[in-house]
Amino acid sequence: MKPIIQFENVHYTYPGDELESLCGVDLSVERGSFVAVLGHNGSGKSTLAKHMNAILVPDTGRVLVDGIDTADEERVLDVRRRVGMVFQNPDNQIVANVVEDDVAFAPENLGVEPAEIRRRVNAALRLVGMYDYRMHAPHLLSGGQKQRVAIAGVIAMEPEIIVLDEPTAMLDPQGRQEVVDTAFALCRAKGMTVVLITHHMDECIGADRLIVLSNGHIAADGTPAEVFADAALMAREGLDVPETAHLLRELRAAGMKLEGEPLAVEDCAELIANTLRNEKRSRK
Amino acid sequence: MAEIITENLCHTYSAGTPFEQTAVRDVSLRIPQGQFAAVIGHTGSGKSTFIQHLNALLQPTSGRVLLDGQDINRDKYARRDVKWKVGLVFQYPEYQLFEETVYRDIAFGPTNMRLGKEEIDERVREAAAFTGVEEALFDRSPLELSGGQKRRIAIAGVIAMRPEVLILDEPTAGLDPAGCAQILDNIRNYREKTGATVLIVSHSMDDVARIAGRIIVFDKGRVAMDGTPEEVFSRARELSLIGLSIPKAAQLACALRDRNIPLPEGIFTHERLLEALLAVREGRTC
Amino acid sequence: MLKDITLGQYFPGNTVVHRLDPRTKILLVVVYIVALFQARGWVGYGLVTLVTLLCTALSKIKLRSMFKGVKPMLFIIALTALLNIFYTAGTPVRPGWIITWEGIARAVQMMLRIVLLISGTFLLTYTTSPIALTDGLELLLNPLKKLRAPVHEMTMMMSMALRFIPTLISETDKIMSAQKARGADFETGSLTRRAKALLPILVPLFVSAFKRADELAVAMESRCYHGGEGRTRMKQLRLERRDLIALILGGLFLAGMFVLKGFGL
Repeated sequence: MKPIIQFENVHYTYPGDELESLCGVDLSVERGSFVAVLGHNGSGKSTLAKHMNAILVPDTGRVLVDGIDTADEERVLDVRRRVGMVFQNPDNQIVANVVEDDVAFAPENLGVEPAEIRRRVNAALRLVGMYDYRMHAPHLLSGGQKQRVAIAGVIAMEPEIIVLDEPTAMLDPQGRQEVVDTAFALCRAKGMTVVLITHHMDECIGADRLIVLSNGHIAADGTPAEVFADAALMAREGLDVPETAHLLRELRAAGMKLEGEPLAVEDCAELIANTLRNEKRSRK
Repeated sequence: MAEIITENLCHTYSAGTPFEQTAVRDVSLRIPQGQFAAVIGHTGSGKSTFIQHLNALLQPTSGRVLLDGQDINRDKYARRDVKWKVGLVFQYPEYQLFEETVYRDIAFGPTNMRLGKEEIDERVREAAAFTGVEEALFDRSPLELSGGQKRRIAIAGVIAMRPEVLILDEPTAGLDPAGCAQILDNIRNYREKTGATVLIVSHSMDDVARIAGRIIVFDKGRVAMDGTPEEVFSRARELSLIGLSIPKAAQLACALRDRNIPLPEGIFTHERLLEALLAVREGRTC
Repeated sequence: MLKDITLGQYFPGNTVVHRLDPRTKILLVVVYIVALFQARGWVGYGLVTLVTLLCTALSKIKLRSMFKGVKPMLFIIALTALLNIFYTAGTPVRPGWIITWEGIARAVQMMLRIVLLISGTFLLTYTTSPIALTDGLELLLNPLKKLRAPVHEMTMMMSMALRFIPTLISETDKIMSAQKARGADFETGSLTRRAKALLPILVPLFVSAFKRADELAVAMESRCYHGGEGRTRMKQLRLERRDLIALILGGLFLAGMFVLKGFGL
């Protein structure tokens, strides 16, 4: 199957800037996969995201969404309805005074029939667990709830892929968990393609693929276990490593033979405990 | 000299209306001079309301706040002067920058204190040095700088008042790991050089575990726990009931203990965990 | 505290008044205002007052909430009353006084007129959600689109403004607190000093409002917003029988007021 999103040697410089924000990015996102993008501030993460739904178009190179060139002005709406975008500040992407009216915004823009909009709105709100709040005023919700409403608002477009641009940066740990869980559920249960852009490495642990962006180019691309195991790279990029990966690396340095790269806390503890027990037994 | 005491502090918003809401209930705390304390709690736990009482931005509905034994709300002069002694940095402080130049923005507090020009200049430079704001930036507009730089300028604006107590609400929110580490370093440095009392509000357990000597946990407007990081993080189950997590290293230690690995209590940093695990491995259980 | 201000004051409910189509309600308010200005004497004012009280009762809005809406206007109301008392010719209350019986009557009627005007319009905003209100307005003004008037854009702006008022109020609150923590003083000093003291609030507020507007525009575009063309609405406005009845009653009321005016009542 063709990838849902394809970047071909994309270069982009913001008007008035001297430095390139993206310098030659090649990237393809497989359908149904969960891709996390990690990078420090100014690495080009948001610029990358904005290329995925034709908010920005490449200076040179091209971006294809489901085979459509994003630079084709005639087909901008075709691109945007396929790619749902969720941004950092939940307050600045909610347009209506009532939750359900906000979720209806995108299908209304697309000229969907009223009865169908109602069906999609209800389905989207149930999917993110906000159906009971459909009549609430958005400004009275918590950050995590607002962000889930924003996610429902793009799901109602029935996109093929959902791109979340640092959706948890302004949330407390509880809100972060809600949003990350929702993102994973969309991919694992609904088969949607998800691109999660973040600077919290913990959120990347469950992803199928982790891309590290640095100064506008891709510095690493692999499974989270592979990427986090590359200590030199992580240090060079000024990125933290999950506690689990860090611990495994140092135990190995101390001579322990640990197999695999489990990043979840429970799995990691299991591996360490088993290895310690085996070592003890073999010593006896 | 800068000890803060709260006595039975209560705060109710919109009292007497249908929207009445009690945010802080009966909080009595003593934060001694020079302490580095962290206040944690999830959104709506009352922690932000609480800290706004410590420099008289909010007045208690009942109870008192004492700074060095004096009621900070005793008259309007006391309420004004306490703002110089207790510096409060709000969440996302970069949103308060307004002056044309970085220098003038940092000087805003000292200017309000009606200090002399030289004194102001000295304080601005000192505050900039504490927060790592280069003097080359002084003539730039604060609005055109990066997020991390703006944050440090805003913190410098409070430090320039030379507060004896420095309170910061979520100083690292929204910053990337490098930015976080730098800000926490700046704060630690300020405390070490000046002996100020520091209170930091945070949801990041991993940050707090590393720097604070005392952790105060807020829940539903009350103090739910108060103690050293060892004491507080050893009550993992209660913390998770409140909706708070413990540092990742402490979580790993818990998971290992569940698997009968004899780790001692009170592990919450990476270094301690590694050390304890290696000790177990070599057969010297501590 | 700024937070205590009630704005965009909509009281959700499920009464007949709430369920009326917003277009009907907007039209009825226009009818009501025209009718109010036809009142010449006590009978006329009495009828309008009666109708207002009846509608308020139907909507189950508490009279107290109505008075709350009138409160900020008290100064203007009092001023109008005073001017009318002193500047109306007629029979003096006592020989030699400037105050006339006619003056007092006029003052009371003027006060009544303003109070009723405010109450009538508040009844609309109290019982209609801002979204329904802007939707109704857009549909009513639709014919103007033929004249190339930007009706959709105007109503979209209105609903955006309503959406962001609470957000901007809480933001103002936050900025004020932050500046106070740096020793800013908004309450004392001369008028010019106080005006100057507002800069530390206004500058950050504007900067953030522009940032919000920018981000909002990108978010809206991302959700396929491309103006009013080809848009559908989830909530279709449909005129029901009750709307027809309400409009007929409104028409009768207006006609009645014209008749009363003819008799100078």
